Amino acid sequence: MIVETVNRVLRRVPPWAIYAAAALWAAWMFYLGATGGLGVEPIEALEHAYGERALQLIVLGLAVTPLRRFLGINLIRFRRAIGVTAFFLVLAHFAVWAVLDVQSVSRIWADIVKRPYVTIGMAAFALLIPLAVTSNNLSVRRLGAAAWRWLHMLVYPAALLGAVHYVWLAKGFQLEPMIYLGLILLLIALRFPALQARLAS
Amino acid sequence: MAGRYRSPLTRDDVTPKSLYLNRRQIMAGSGALLGAGLIGGRAQAQDLQPNSWEEITNYNNFYEFGTGKDDPARNAHMMTTEPWSIQIDGLVDNPGTYSFAEIMEGMTVEERIYRLRCVEAWSMVVPWNGFELADLLERVGVQAGARYVAFETLNRPEEMPGLRFPVLEWPYREGLRLDEAMHPLTILATGLYGEPMPNQNGAPIRLVVPWKYGFKSIKSIVRITLTEEQPPASWNMAQPREYGFYSNVNPNVDHPRWSQATERRIGGGLFATRQDTLMFNGYEDEVAGLYEGMDLAEFF
Repeated sequence: MIVETVNRVLRRVPPWAIYAAAALWAAWMFYLGATGGLGVEPIEALEHAYGERALQLIVLGLAVTPLRRFLGINLIRFRRAIGVTAFFLVLAHFAVWAVLDVQSVSRIWADIVKRPYVTIGMAAFALLIPLAVTSNNLSVRRLGAAAWRWLHMLVYPAALLGAVHYVWLAKGFQLEPMIYLGLILLLIALRFPALQARLAS
Repeated sequence: MAGRYRSPLTRDDVTPKSLYLNRRQIMAGSGALLGAGLIGGRAQAQDLQPNSWEEITNYNNFYEFGTGKDDPARNAHMMTTEPWSIQIDGLVDNPGTYSFAEIMEGMTVEERIYRLRCVEAWSMVVPWNGFELADLLERVGVQAGARYVAFETLNRPEEMPGLRFPVLEWPYREGLRLDEAMHPLTILATGLYGEPMPNQNGAPIRLVVPWKYGFKSIKSIVRITLTEEQPPASWNMAQPREYGFYSNVNPNVDHPRWSQATERRIGGGLFATRQDTLMFNGYEDEVAGLYEGMDLAEFF
């Protein structure tokens, strides 16, 4: 019952609404940061807001298939929009870090090379670039469905690196980054056929 | 003995109360402050204007109330600070449990406008009110064998929601070498901007060691112990490779996960430029002698 209602409501939502909502949200956060609405340290606040939202969207994107398989909730129409939006938020997160936070090319480079949590964050970002570039029907046709699907498996290492990036930059033992890492590990584990079969039976 | 240190920053450099209570009014009043600074001829003081009350009390690391920067401002009201006492023990002539009033007896509270540099590479300037730790230590009588001072923060789970999480091994602990503790820059602060210490800043009494990273300046102190051996310190216990016992501000020794060469001054908004971090947080003339002959990369 609930699942049917959810699916019925979802069918009425156009996928572009996700792009629009994310763009409005990102712009609104930037406006808040520039006008004192994000507290006394807006650079860090904005950086974290974009990064954490990107991670949430990556978790949601990974959850699309399990949600359909195990609960019957169909988000498949939104998956591309979720993924591309996550990429743009990672890009915004990177831009705030590079331009507003670190502020110099030499320091950006030094951080990427010397700081492991920055290195893996950059690696995750780099892995998402080919996915964002090929997230269109033309690319699916050009690459062929099999190759395209194979390429898009890169989202698993990217998600994992993103979560580890968050765990690694936290001071002390903190719960929130661990929850993201746990969710992503769980969502990846659900892909293993053996586990799927066991859960489906 | 009070007054051993005089800050180059003075009362005139502190935002007047009527202004700091409201950021918009500060913006309006900045012209007047600039004028006052020029007349006073304090060129250095101008770029070291203390942060506003709002900034100092809304951006805190006090993990007993949560790990978010705004968690302490939201949760610290739950902490009871009256009555308050500090247990002073170890190698002292007069050990015992001293009430807050007993501790304050005969102490000269002065204003000390200090830079505060967090290990996370952000900084503020804070107008503290407090007295020199040396005055208290002299009163309780430090015995000959004592070489270190250990401090402990209040550990009261029913009033400190962050204690439910094992972010660190509670209670929060810190320590200083005795000569660092006796240095005239080292104070026990009981207020800021002439007001009683807000809970989120470590009420009712906290340590301030301005040449060390902020986490050394332990908040809401309930115990002070004079020891012969170097005492355990919470961050050092959690990550000895990242947080040394000394943790002196040093732009040349990076944290393993980030650079310490520059810092972001809180209050500059979204487009603030980073500034260079100063050796010993700008107190090199006063404290470099404490570490003569020590390799600061090894004893970080």
